[in-house]
Amino acid sequence: MLNITIIAVAICICIALILNLWRLLKGPTISDRILALDTMYINAIALILLYGIHARSSLYFEAAVLIAMLGFVSTAALCKYLLRGDIIE
Amino acid sequence: MPFYLEIIISVSLLTGGVFLLVGSYGLVRLPDIYMRLHSPTKASTLGITGVLIASMFFQSHLKGFLSIQELLITLFLFITAPVAANMIAKTALHHSNKPAEKTQNQALMDTIRDRESPPSNSIK
Repeated sequence: MLNITIIAVAICICIALILNLWRLLKGPTISDRILALDTMYINAIALILLYGIHARSSLYFEAAVLIAMLGFVSTAALCKYLLRGDIIE
Repeated sequence: MPFYLEIIISVSLLTGGVFLLVGSYGLVRLPDIYMRLHSPTKASTLGITGVLIASMFFQSHLKGFLSIQELLITLFLFITAPVAANMIAKTALHHSNKPAEKTQNQALMDTIRDRESPPSNSIK
């Protein structure tokens, strides 16, 4: 049962990633693109954790932590650059 | 793996996957950036919490003791998602992006943009 669930949830997350990619490519404003990138980071964390369950390994947790931190830092840096013209003032 | 643990993991995984899908669908369907901010920052945070709870149960079963380090990512995302949403909203205001037609109190957008307090008689 767990294997079927993992495949179904992986399909859900892949559809979500494709929808995010569509918004990232189309997005009328630059804020839309940053938001789509931020959501893609969250979906990528979910996909990596799902693969960790599938592979029965606890190694992928570290990658998920790294992606979570880098995702927030990159979003904050992009927003700071657009707001102030500089990242570290 | 015992059957009840499989049911718990499957239910939380399915909840998380559906909420992640709904969050990304809202990102595509909603009309303007200020509305689009809502769906990824709320629905996706709930979705990733479901996946992390499933991962926590699974890793606890795998290791044989209670593994709470998955809650670390949940805590981190709960702290950072509103901050990121606030910064994206400030960027959208800074670039003077137009909201949808039916948005109320559109005249206040310039005062928000210039970080002024709103005039006292303008809020309907």
